Amino acid sequence: MKFDLDKCRADFPVLEQDIHGYPLVYLDNAATTQKPRQVIEAISQFYLHDNSNVHRGVHALAERATSQYEAARKKVQRFINAPHAEDCVWVRGTTEAINLVAHSYLMPRLKPGDQILISALEHHSNIVPWHLICKKTGAEIRVIPIHDNGELDLAAFAEMLVPPVKFIALAHISNALGSINPIQTMIKMAHDHGIKVLIDGAQGAPHLPIDVQALDCDFYAFSSHKMFGPTGIGVLYGKSELLNEMEPYQGGGDMITEVHYQYSEYQKPPLRFEAGTQDIAGVIGLGSAIDYLSAMDKTAVAAHEHELLLYATSAIQTVSGYRIVGTATHKASIISFVHDTIHSHDLATVLNSFGVAVRAGHHCAMPLMERLGLTATTRASFSFYNTASEVDRLVDALERAKEVFL
Amino acid sequence: MQSLRDLYQEVILDHNRSPRNCHLLEDANSTTQGFNPLCGDKITLYVKEANGIIEDISFTGTGCAISVASASLMTDYLKGKTVTEANHIFHLFHAMVTEDDHEAEKALGKLSVLAGVHEFPARVKCATLAWQTLRAALEHRNTTVSTE
Repeated sequence: MKFDLDKCRADFPVLEQDIHGYPLVYLDNAATTQKPRQVIEAISQFYLHDNSNVHRGVHALAERATSQYEAARKKVQRFINAPHAEDCVWVRGTTEAINLVAHSYLMPRLKPGDQILISALEHHSNIVPWHLICKKTGAEIRVIPIHDNGELDLAAFAEMLVPPVKFIALAHISNALGSINPIQTMIKMAHDHGIKVLIDGAQGAPHLPIDVQALDCDFYAFSSHKMFGPTGIGVLYGKSELLNEMEPYQGGGDMITEVHYQYSEYQKPPLRFEAGTQDIAGVIGLGSAIDYLSAMDKTAVAAHEHELLLYATSAIQTVSGYRIVGTATHKASIISFVHDTIHSHDLATVLNSFGVAVRAGHHCAMPLMERLGLTATTRASFSFYNTASEVDRLVDALERAKEVFL
Repeated sequence: MQSLRDLYQEVILDHNRSPRNCHLLEDANSTTQGFNPLCGDKITLYVKEANGIIEDISFTGTGCAISVASASLMTDYLKGKTVTEANHIFHLFHAMVTEDDHEAEKALGKLSVLAGVHEFPARVKCATLAWQTLRAALEHRNTTVSTE
């Protein structure tokens, strides 16, 4: 089984369009990936033939919906090698997963003066939930520093593993710079000090094989829409002993075993954390995205993405005036760059006029931008359906942008 | 490409390269911060106002070509105008960049170079950052005046 790029691109209908007279070059995959026809059809099939609520009702549609819904949970379990399907909780996305852990797991365990470690690379979604619970408990955030190339400072991290630290929340891959963090080593170091670790896998899930048992992480959070599935659905993986001792995050139907006017009894995980009707079509779409990914030759896909990273890195550097921000040794196919004088928003507008879609701004990582002394970067993030000739289109547009401004 | 040329006209590029009134104003009687949290652009606007007239106005900050040029053009345009006129111009400018209002465009003279922004909805906030900051500055000033 080899990676057939043309065949793969044909699975993504959205890529077949022109923008301002140029074929679309979609390089904003770190924001959200495109969806293959198979995922779109799975969602459409569900609404056309099987639509029903799950876990209640004995009629045929309810049984079909429930079985597809729970089958998707098993697909997720295999995708991240979780010990049990029940360790995988449906959430709206990475953000909700992190908020769930902050409120249901960590907040009741914090007291004033306790510390939560995050890294200097984090997305706002792995910063602000911790702020919320720090405000309520009097705990504090401490920040694992980075080197100028965007790699975490592991020596500093080792020094920070002291008793007031109660929890560590860490990105698998930086969404802004592409750095792949050495999370397996860091989790081991944290566990040696009895500290639990949550991994923000929003960028990890689409780019790397995930094995939560090998990583030994306590929680792993990711979003469907960044890995070729629909928006509105994501997964929180938690070790079963931790999920079991956590209080519900929200109350409502489906998360209870019995309800009285004065009190209620809760379901076991994962249902305990899934109050109300979930995004059933989203779950089925995510299941279909996992099927799509599972059918691919992962080694060939990873090799293609790495080639794109290397090719784009050297190509961008050949255009004078541009500088790549974030040059970690281990990177996913995400490249941030700045121009000496052209602001990233102006640059992104010009690239769009040539059909090239990139992201400009702070990438929901304002503290990181501040640390780097920048207000914004332009980010090109690649997926397996991108091609070397699309990198050429990007580089050509970067040259043309200089003609507009300089 | 034509709409791109309409957006980045030579006047705008010139105001971005050499922004006018881009400095602190020691004797300002109002200093207001403007911030676009979506993109990180920041502006500080200094207004020296006396007897309802904007005697001097300047800005400092960082931002894209559109937001810098807009601040530069705005400060040039408003120097010597009354607060009432400035409020009226604010509404005309807003109509020009959000609604493609040709009457507003005609009435705005030199500021009409920013009319092309309405073709780029994602960039409207870049053009209006300085103006929103101005409005906050003037409202604050008016409030202070009325309570005295």
